[in-house]
Amino acid sequence: MEPQYQHLYEMLSQVRGFIYPNEVDLQWGLLIVLYPYITGLVAGAFILASLERVFNVKVLKPTYQLALLTALAFLLVATMPLVSHLGHPFRAYEILMTPHSTSAMAIFGFVYLWYLMVVLLLEIWLDYRRDIVIWSQQTTGFKGRLYKILTLGVKDLSPRTVRWDDKIGYFITVVGIPSAFLLHGYVGFIFGSVKANPWWSTVLMPVIFLFSAMVSGIALVLFIYMVVTWFRRQKIDMAALDSIAKFLFYILILDFTLEGLDQIHRIYEAEESFEILSLLVHGPLFLTLFIFQILLGTLIPLISLGILQLYKPKELTRRIIYFSCSLLVLFGIFFMRWNVVIGGQLFSKSFYGFTDYKLRLAGSEGLLWALVWVILPFLILGFLLWLLPPWKKLEESTS
Amino acid sequence: MATKGIEESRRNFIRKAAAAGGLLATGLLNPFNAILYAVEKPTDPTKHWWGFGIDIEKCIGCGRCANACKEENNVPREPFYFRNWVEQYTIKNDGSVKVESPNGGIDGFVQTVPKEDIFKAFFVPKMCNHCYKSPCVQACPVGATYETPDGVVLVDETYCIGCRYCVQACPYGCRYIHPEKNTVDKCTLCYHRISKGKTTACVEVCPTQARIFGDLNDKNGELVKFLKEHTCLVLKPHLNTGSKLYYNGLNGEVR
Amino acid sequence: MPPQLKTLIPLFGAFIVLFLIARHFLVPVSFGELGHYRFNSIAENKEKAMNYAGKDACADCHDDKAAQLKSDVHSGLSCETCHGPGQAHTENPETVKLNKPDQRSFCGNCHSMNASRPKFMVQIELKEHNPDKKCIECHNPHQPWQLKE
Ligand code: HEC
Ligand code: HEC
Ligand code: HEC
Ligand code: HEC
Repeated sequence: MEPQYQHLYEMLSQVRGFIYPNEVDLQWGLLIVLYPYITGLVAGAFILASLERVFNVKVLKPTYQLALLTALAFLLVATMPLVSHLGHPFRAYEILMTPHSTSAMAIFGFVYLWYLMVVLLLEIWLDYRRDIVIWSQQTTGFKGRLYKILTLGVKDLSPRTVRWDDKIGYFITVVGIPSAFLLHGYVGFIFGSVKANPWWSTVLMPVIFLFSAMVSGIALVLFIYMVVTWFRRQKIDMAALDSIAKFLFYILILDFTLEGLDQIHRIYEAEESFEILSLLVHGPLFLTLFIFQILLGTLIPLISLGILQLYKPKELTRRIIYFSCSLLVLFGIFFMRWNVVIGGQLFSKSFYGFTDYKLRLAGSEGLLWALVWVILPFLILGFLLWLLPPWKKLEESTS
Repeated sequence: MATKGIEESRRNFIRKAAAAGGLLATGLLNPFNAILYAVEKPTDPTKHWWGFGIDIEKCIGCGRCANACKEENNVPREPFYFRNWVEQYTIKNDGSVKVESPNGGIDGFVQTVPKEDIFKAFFVPKMCNHCYKSPCVQACPVGATYETPDGVVLVDETYCIGCRYCVQACPYGCRYIHPEKNTVDKCTLCYHRISKGKTTACVEVCPTQARIFGDLNDKNGELVKFLKEHTCLVLKPHLNTGSKLYYNGLNGEVR
Repeated sequence: MPPQLKTLIPLFGAFIVLFLIARHFLVPVSFGELGHYRFNSIAENKEKAMNYAGKDACADCHDDKAAQLKSDVHSGLSCETCHGPGQAHTENPETVKLNKPDQRSFCGNCHSMNASRPKFMVQIELKEHNPDKKCIECHNPHQPWQLKE
């Protein structure tokens, strides 16, 4: 037995019931769990930022730039798990060269580029342009040169031009909201359109992905905002925190309702695949679905945030609750992606049995690589915060 | 009269739609051909339109087809990679179903359920269905898997990026990732053989002629004769994949 | 026009032009000739080497065996069903030897008792039917009813 196949033989011994022989080799592992997870964080963070701008929710002001930069940091990494899991990563460019119009996956490259180049980069650039110009005049050395490049040569600081920054920026945010919806609804469609897989194939999938994306993105910004202010030894803006938590609560309700609807519909219709899916959720997915996703990731945050809507304890308690809720939600949504991606492959398409998934440490699909793709965005965010600190910007605009 | 008018206008409409729909999905043109889904496919009827038949009543479960397929197409011998395999179905008296396919049937089968408990038992050979509304072709993001003009679903292994979306999209589990090439691999209907006038390797070695390879456009051919003389079904018809792999004697338990 | 757009529009324009140029060079030849795929791939698939020679390929040199096989119950079988892929052997019969599957388990693939096999298939209990001998010591594989003993 060659070592290359050893884990497959192990899997083979784990098979219960009957699976098609080709199904022993589970195709999409941890990296493909990360892919919708990370794109979801991007879309969610961006939507939170847009709330402030388009709907003029002033209390969210302190997190506006932070949310944008978070979205950018994660978006830059979003394709990495996808590309690194390919059998031929160097052929990835083909998706852009000859995208197949009927394939749900083919336009990802374009949706991604649109979102990165036209929406996020532009919005951030326009928002920061005036500050970048000022900083480029005040700073010397490497950082100064970086600022000079980032101005793209547009150094005009006249009120008229600055007003244009704002106008174009607003327009882009308005375009950006449907784009964010598109980005993540589309990722849901990649799964929802696979008719061969009854666990994935539901029209609600894009919508569910979208709302869970918002939930996770908002939780992420909440988390990062608290950590960053703590690092900077500043006082947290409780009003902003409270209202982010309120949005989190509302959208969590929507998300939970939609997922519940999906499951109830499935249970009530009880199609051909019902037995195997029921075995799936009560067996291999029990821990990750009922305990991690629903109990820890949804119900506990839902209840504690719900209580806070009615009864407001003192600030420290609230902060602790917000902090733990954001972590729980992030944890829960990760397992929501896990349950979709891995869960959809654990049962055989013959509906007669189950295979198993064993997380491996090394290898391109292993835990170590996955950790790299999770940690990297935080490093990028650190860099972005060093380069484009929202707080410096704030001080200047108020002075 | 009135009905005739409606008929007329409907026919007109269909004709117009058909003319306009040259670009539309091919399935729309002939929406109502039930079992012979693919027979009437509007390609050039003088050309080949390959399909496949399997007679479950004749299959003795020797697994020679699965073996020959691996030999012919240099498929890895490990038991995780199959273009073609055989399943053993045993329906017990208590109503439960037991399905087995140890090493795809290549090493033969043993009867694992005592005779007195068996209600019914049979073998089902499986392979790519060469669907003409292939979910896998639809899913490939780069155009590395496609349907040839003569109705065979092929893979371009120099172009496949190995994203595995097609593996997910195939309802029949007929695709796998080749462990050395890192691209997807599947039954080609022995395209290199059939285009030289030979038959496929699995048909070649079948001892009981349970496998029928043929041309759906050839109205006097073996396959059309097989379809005419037997009650044939395709797998998972509700998924509307336009499968061109027809089974005689297919039980409802088979998925 | 606001100065931002004066910079951004050419920038995006350049980006798109670059993309189109890259596309021009990176899309493979023959792509899209017949559909959304590389047309040459069809020919490449056709060119693959054959390993199975086919039913009639053996009779030229082994007419005796072919005649035997035809005359008895194994007439439905092809030589390669038992002997494996023979294309290379037909080209170099002296150097390439085919396997001669003489194990009991091989005949058992088809003949061992199994309720899943259709009734017409003649089956034996492998463990009980003359268990100490190879099948071919009594049955000629090419003519099973030509018993040697
Ligand atoms: C070009 C003529 C030719 C063709 C065609 C041919 N063979 Fe042979 N075959 C030979 C010769 C010559 C020998 C004897 C070689 C020797 O004894 O070394 C042989 C020997 C054999 C043997 C016995 C080998 C052994 O080890 O004793 C088998 C089995 C066999 N052939 C099977 C086949 C099959 C099956 C085919 C059809 C796919 C086939 N042959 C086609 C010429 C041919
Ligand atoms: C049922 C399986 C089976 C089929 C079908 C079959 N053979 Fe064989 N063949 C065998 C076995 C088993 C042997 C080994 C016999 C022995 O060792 O005595 C053999 C031996 C041979 C030999 C070696 C001659 C010898 O006496 O040692 C030749 C040549 C041969 N086969 C040719 C053919 C050809 C040609 C065909 C097709 C017309 C064919 N066989 C079909 C099973 C088969
Ligand atoms: C690939 C499958 C296959 C293999 C391998 C095979 N056979 Fe057969 N055998 C058949 C088929 C098919 C029949 C014909 C059954 C029928 O239609 O009556 C048959 C018939 C027979 C019969 C006649 C049974 C009867 O009562 O009519 C005998 C005896 C026999 N085989 C012996 C053998 C021996 C000995 C071997 C091993 C060398 C062998 N077979 C290998 C498929 C196989
Ligand atoms: C000792 C010689 C001998 C050996 C070894 C032997 N057989 Fe037989 N076989 C016979 C004889 C004699 C008959 C006919 C009488 C009978 O049915 O027992 C027969 C009958 C058969 C039949 C037909 C049974 C029926 O019910 O019509 C098959 C099939 C068969 N043998 C296959 C095999 C296979 C497969 C092997 C190897 C696993 C094998 N035989 C080994 C001598 C032998």
